[in-house]
Amino acid sequence: MFGAGGGTSSYREAEETDLIVLWGSNARETHPIYFHHVLKAVNRGARLFVVDPRRTSSAQWADVWLGLDVGSDVALANAVGREIIVNDLHNRSFIDRATSDFESYRQSVEPYSLAYAERLTGVPSAAIRELAHAYARADRAQLCWTLGITEHHNAVENVFALINLGLLTGHVGRYGSGLVPLRGQNNVQGGGDMGALPNRLPGGYDVENADDREPFERCYGVSIPARYGKRLDEMFDAMERGEMHALYVIGENPAQSEADSHRTMRLLNGLDWMVVQDIFLTRTAEMADVVFPASASWCETEGTVTSSERRVQRVRKAIDPPGEARDDIDILCDMASRLGQDWGRLSAESVWDELRGLSAWHRGMSYARLEALDGLAWPCPAEDHPGSPFLHARLWQDPIEGKRAPFHAVQHHPPADALTDDFPIRLTTGRRLDSYNTGVQSSGYSSPLRWGETIDIHAADGHRLGIADGELVRVISRRGTIEAPARFDSSLRPGLAFMTMHFPDEVATNILTNDVVDPRSGTAEFKATAIRVEKINERAG
Amino acid sequence: MDIHLIPGAIPSESERDVVDAFLATQDTWDHSPFALGADDRTVHGGHAGRNRRHLLLPTLRTVQNRFGHISRGAMNYLCERLNVPPAEAYGVASFYALLTLEPAPPLVVHVCNDLACHLNGADRLCAILTEQFGPAGKPGADGAAMWKTSPCLGLCECSPAAYVQQAGESPVETVLTSATSESILGTLRGHPVTEIDRQSGKGHPSAPQTMGAERSALRLLTRVGRVDPDSLDDYRASGGFAALRLAFEMGPNGILREVTDSGLQGRGGAAFPTGRKWQAVASSPVHPHYLVANADESESGTFKDRLLMEADPFALIESMTIAGFATGCKQGYVYIRGEYPHAAQRIQHAIDSSRNRGFLGANILDQGVEFDIEVRQGAGAYICGEETALFNSIEGFRGEPRNKPPFPTEAGLFGKPTVVNNVETLYSVLGIILSGGGAFARSGTAGSKGTKLFCVSGHVEHPGVYELPFGATLRDLLGQSGGVRGGASLQAVLLGGAAGSFLTPDELDVALTYEGTRAIGASLGSGVVMVLDERVDLQDFVLRIAAFFRDESCGQCVPCRVGTQRQEEALLRLASGATNGTRQNEIRLIDDIARVMRDASICGLGTTASVAVQSAIAKFGVFQHDR
Repeated sequence: MFGAGGGTSSYREAEETDLIVLWGSNARETHPIYFHHVLKAVNRGARLFVVDPRRTSSAQWADVWLGLDVGSDVALANAVGREIIVNDLHNRSFIDRATSDFESYRQSVEPYSLAYAERLTGVPSAAIRELAHAYARADRAQLCWTLGITEHHNAVENVFALINLGLLTGHVGRYGSGLVPLRGQNNVQGGGDMGALPNRLPGGYDVENADDREPFERCYGVSIPARYGKRLDEMFDAMERGEMHALYVIGENPAQSEADSHRTMRLLNGLDWMVVQDIFLTRTAEMADVVFPASASWCETEGTVTSSERRVQRVRKAIDPPGEARDDIDILCDMASRLGQDWGRLSAESVWDELRGLSAWHRGMSYARLEALDGLAWPCPAEDHPGSPFLHARLWQDPIEGKRAPFHAVQHHPPADALTDDFPIRLTTGRRLDSYNTGVQSSGYSSPLRWGETIDIHAADGHRLGIADGELVRVISRRGTIEAPARFDSSLRPGLAFMTMHFPDEVATNILTNDVVDPRSGTAEFKATAIRVEKINERAG
Repeated sequence: MDIHLIPGAIPSESERDVVDAFLATQDTWDHSPFALGADDRTVHGGHAGRNRRHLLLPTLRTVQNRFGHISRGAMNYLCERLNVPPAEAYGVASFYALLTLEPAPPLVVHVCNDLACHLNGADRLCAILTEQFGPAGKPGADGAAMWKTSPCLGLCECSPAAYVQQAGESPVETVLTSATSESILGTLRGHPVTEIDRQSGKGHPSAPQTMGAERSALRLLTRVGRVDPDSLDDYRASGGFAALRLAFEMGPNGILREVTDSGLQGRGGAAFPTGRKWQAVASSPVHPHYLVANADESESGTFKDRLLMEADPFALIESMTIAGFATGCKQGYVYIRGEYPHAAQRIQHAIDSSRNRGFLGANILDQGVEFDIEVRQGAGAYICGEETALFNSIEGFRGEPRNKPPFPTEAGLFGKPTVVNNVETLYSVLGIILSGGGAFARSGTAGSKGTKLFCVSGHVEHPGVYELPFGATLRDLLGQSGGVRGGASLQAVLLGGAAGSFLTPDELDVALTYEGTRAIGASLGSGVVMVLDERVDLQDFVLRIAAFFRDESCGQCVPCRVGTQRQEEALLRLASGATNGTRQNEIRLIDDIARVMRDASICGLGTTASVAVQSAIAKFGVFQHDR
């Protein structure tokens, strides 16, 4: 944000803050490491607010839980912003000095009175008011979010709505105050930082900027296409149009992880050729023409990962990969040589040092320093630089360094998959503590907490539909039908259902989900599907 | 908070309602961490939710009183509401004798067979009940009622006695005094329980002095039996709240000075200087400060605090308010043992009417003083009379004593500086404020100031609570209470309760002071004077004491948990004649166990569990010879 793709704060700051807001994040289960830092803060006396449609296990730790309607985050955030402004709790000196477009923001949130927001979100106005006042009055506050914000058709607007709150109150760029998108894996941050994004070069450089490209072209000795690549959703659209015929998939299982599985499978089946490089023979790999067995990055390879606090840490090889599995770098180097480029045999460290020559963020991070200091947070532009636990301190310089941070006025747009009489129940998806996405990495282990896939509903919905707890039911969305056991869950309310995607071989949840994507992020709206639930024997009988 | 509920245990609708209704009365914080409010959109949990553990015992009691036991479903629900893991709540519930975790009849009669009742025929009573109703602890034929034996109920002056729990929509808790097999069987068979009001208006039968000419000399018992305990106006008409007004004029420092000058010592048994305790809390920079009135009067043979609370409840409110004002407390607790339902009702009523009339609350007597009192009831655990166990009980944990230091004045209730005083100690403060600490210090003896209440029970003509100035002898006290009943001759006096020691008829001239009793190797304790006539089988009586300690040891520390068990076993071997080695071997073993318990137990229960046993063996030669 504000030109740097990463969370602004270190984990340690979460422990020393006064207020933590988890918005669209069940960190207790999905970011257990981060939640340990949260718990330290809570035990020290910090207050915790959780904004989530479900009363999750994170919400059970919260001082206040706000159970908003799925997809009403912008309305809630705008109402919080308006309440802060109306009560003169916004940080005027920070806004004047370090931000731009405040006035248009102020006007944009004006309609979002507490009463109006209560109608849009379902959250009582008193609770909205409490969140607004607590956030604005806190000396230090961390605003954290995850997929509950980003897996929506208006994901980027959701993020802007939250960033606006940080700007409004000055809760960014200071120790203990920050805006923290929690990353879903140990190295999501690192993947993006290394350029595994269609619009970025390693180190966050812009593909379409010639000055940014030039050092890379010089180093690599090739010219780099001067336009953004395709996002995942755009790739599927290109396959649909017959413009894309071949796919090289590394460490992804799109056959089961993407929304609207029926369509995904049809498109993948229609490819001329697909290569999959993975540590397991995933459903996607089963469809591939060629499979490269790869090594497990956390124990069979050397390298680094980058966590949500932008901390680069060393990963060390403990064991050799089994059978024919090989290190990803080796596989890529062999691919290159077969394609006529001799890269030689590269070590992880030599690849890293090449990156350091190109990325100012990483320049000061030698393997020796990473080892000695237990990792470093970027930006770390020189070998004598201590790293940057938190970002954007520049916004507090007087006058500020660099660009002002802009407000982005955004409006409430309900989920694309509308609730109707035919599809009256809102299904949202998520993850549980002991499983991981489509289960590629976690289904091989047993867990005492695991009960397989279920469609979780409130008991009142079950009674209304004549469904017993545990009964196999039919779940229908506008895109498909699946069967799953119903499970009554008191963390839901009537009209709200929940599923995971951990067991796609038994229950293919993503047959139901909507692949409408945010035009800017390309992420599908996994969090908001309109469904109905039917008793099976009723129809049959 | 990560609560793992008991799988499959679903609360009934009425169990939910009872828990909800109770919690709704508890504070203004009307949300619970799990259960949804009227809207299903917000929950206020977190710190506020996790701070409600102190409501665990009151909630468990409420469920017990309504349903006769605490089902797993109810346990799940109240744990959800209070954010307490069920495993911990189970540990708490199973700690207390009056809480039941398995289905039980709604009506339970707890028949006391402890020391004083034992002396007055409780064993015979229990035998009749076994024959005519069925064995203790087993529901009757229709499953509606059951009787159990109970440790001392604090009704020794009208023994034998029983405590009645009737669960239901309108739960009844009451007691049966001077119980007979007819009255208990009638209760078990469903006859409505009526409480005999022992209040006469011209004195109180439980305090014989109040009925005669000596009453003018009384300080602590002056209102007992004379004023209507439910009338604040009556209390004021007889001098009530005069001390409070005076105390406000003195200010905290003035009060502390008077109480320190008075030389008042704690009446619960330990005799610690009250002024020093108050000074320590008053000067502590850590806030808040708490005040606790220890009304968990469980020492066998003690019933003075019960009488004070039942007959003169407003005096506790007044004295606690003075103590709270002097020591900087805004919140006081009265912890009343579960077997004292009438005292709890009286105190609760006195609190409510005092608050209503401005004697409690945010601005007492318009003086800008803030103080309020909450009643907490125990649920059947002798050990909760130990002050730190009492704190744990209030906080919603098992009533296990804490290691000291830190002492309560430093880290007591909720870890804050806490004044904890016995009820009688607090009552004594009123006289100190009204007449001055100097006057108080001039009464009594060099080492024991003021007057003291004695709980006289057993084989005397007029059992009851007696108030005597320090310095009077045991012989004086026995004379006042009419001597040994029926003209029988005296065998022994148990002084100080189960944790006290036996005196012989040769020791009647001991002065009933702290120093006087110490000189003969005894202690006043809480003021128990239990008289045993010549017909008492002392060996049986000592076995009952040993059984009491074995039963009431909380089990936390090894010396006491194992020692009380081994002590009883050795005594039983001696009683049966099947000794390990000689009798002297067994007695040496008892002495060894006693030393280990005295040296290494966490609290006073373990350190005193052998005192009475050893004194009986040493002075009366019990267990020394085959019978």
